[in-house]
Amino acid sequence: MAEGRDISAEVKRIIKEQLDVDEKDIKPESTFIDDLGADSLGLVELVLAFEEAFEIDIPDEDTEKIRSVQDAIDYINSHIKK
Amino acid sequence: MERVVITGIGLVTPNGIGTVETWRSVLAAESGIGPITLFDASQYSTRIAGEVKGFAAEDFIPKKKVREMGRFAHLSVAASQFCLKDAGIEFTDEERETCGTFIGVGLGGLENLYQYAQTLLEKGPSKVSPYFIPQVIANLAAGQVAMALDLKGPSYCNTSACASSAHSIGEAFEWIRRGRTHLMVAGGTEATITGLAAAGFGAMFALSRRNDEPTRASRPWDKGRDGFVMGEGAATLMLESLSHAKRRGAKIYGEVTGYGATCDAYHLTKPAPEGEGAQRAMKQALVDAKLAPTDIEYINAHGTSTPHGDLEEARAIVKVFGEHATGHGLWVSSTKSVTGHLLGGAGAVEAALSVLALHDGKVPPTANLEEQDPECVLDCVPLVARDRRLRNVMSNSFGFGGTNVALVFSRFEG
Repeated sequence: MAEGRDISAEVKRIIKEQLDVDEKDIKPESTFIDDLGADSLGLVELVLAFEEAFEIDIPDEDTEKIRSVQDAIDYINSHIKK
Repeated sequence: MERVVITGIGLVTPNGIGTVETWRSVLAAESGIGPITLFDASQYSTRIAGEVKGFAAEDFIPKKKVREMGRFAHLSVAASQFCLKDAGIEFTDEERETCGTFIGVGLGGLENLYQYAQTLLEKGPSKVSPYFIPQVIANLAAGQVAMALDLKGPSYCNTSACASSAHSIGEAFEWIRRGRTHLMVAGGTEATITGLAAAGFGAMFALSRRNDEPTRASRPWDKGRDGFVMGEGAATLMLESLSHAKRRGAKIYGEVTGYGATCDAYHLTKPAPEGEGAQRAMKQALVDAKLAPTDIEYINAHGTSTPHGDLEEARAIVKVFGEHATGHGLWVSSTKSVTGHLLGGAGAVEAALSVLALHDGKVPPTANLEEQDPECVLDCVPLVARDRRLRNVMSNSFGFGGTNVALVFSRFEG
């Protein structure tokens, strides 16, 4: 299912849409709260959007670990159904 | 006590996005009612409503914030921006800290409530959005308006069904005249053109079913009236102490002079016989304004187009105003004939229209009043607007639970 899927690009597209930020500001090391202007509610909403797009469940304890763009890409890569 | 004047008006209604647009349309008796497009109403007994057409929240609110709000808050933020622009006010820091935001709402984010109830049932609790509660709760119109305009005074939501935003204006008036603040942004909003609301009001047989003639469906006091038509929209008014308004050379639309508020304590939805509670609200407002019944030239009635409610209000007006009402001295119209019934937003929209009538010397008509119910003996300004130099006008708003509000506005003579 994940084969041929550009997860990184999709993650960035979702971030752009959810947080209303410029694509050029979305770097792997960018953190959602400090760099991309999300608040705690916005972060939860973002994670819900990842769950829906990639058909995965991200438990609350894992949500806390997803702080940067790269964290999200790595998490999704390792949990998406292959 | 401080005198209180109105120095800004912002309207977003089924008749137009903007104050000038709405007022022109209401005076021209153009109906804002049409087939429902906001949800698929094909299975409903009522398939018409007054929608705010062509409204894009992104035109008024940053995209990221749009997601945080229900439509009722979007509409209110837009109306409040129009209001502030109209008031032409530049706030000092101190004024920002005392200017309040009172936005009345009857129901709130019903559509989001329904949507997340579905999510909960179908996908489970972990899929409910963190924005669900902020999108739904009624006071988040006031909260979002406060944030959008950076106003830090008292902020809350009067909720009293279809009298909600009339209470908001009355309470804002109280805050200023007691000398606690010079500035209040007050209004109301509602956006409940949703399946849940249409089903609920439909079950009460409260809604017009004149689906084939949407523009003719809202017809207060007409023999053929068969219920109200849901509307959505928002109004915001700038209330200001007279001393403050004069100091900054503000344009003054009119003065708030009277506020009456009562309860029928009679029935869930039916008004008390002869609108007993409404009579007391009107009398209270007259006493508050230090006016005699004959001083009022125009009433913007609650007049929702329901068979029962319209008559009880008409009877209440006759009881309070006597021969002044039956002898054509007092004109009474219902602008719900063109806007539909904005529920929690109605009181503020109609307060705004009353003040515009006062300011411009133009009385909006009751559209669709083709054959007046003989049991209503008032001059209901059928079909066509009329010119009249107005000195004092009243706006009535009543809600489920038997709650009644009457507001009096007076020409400002300097």
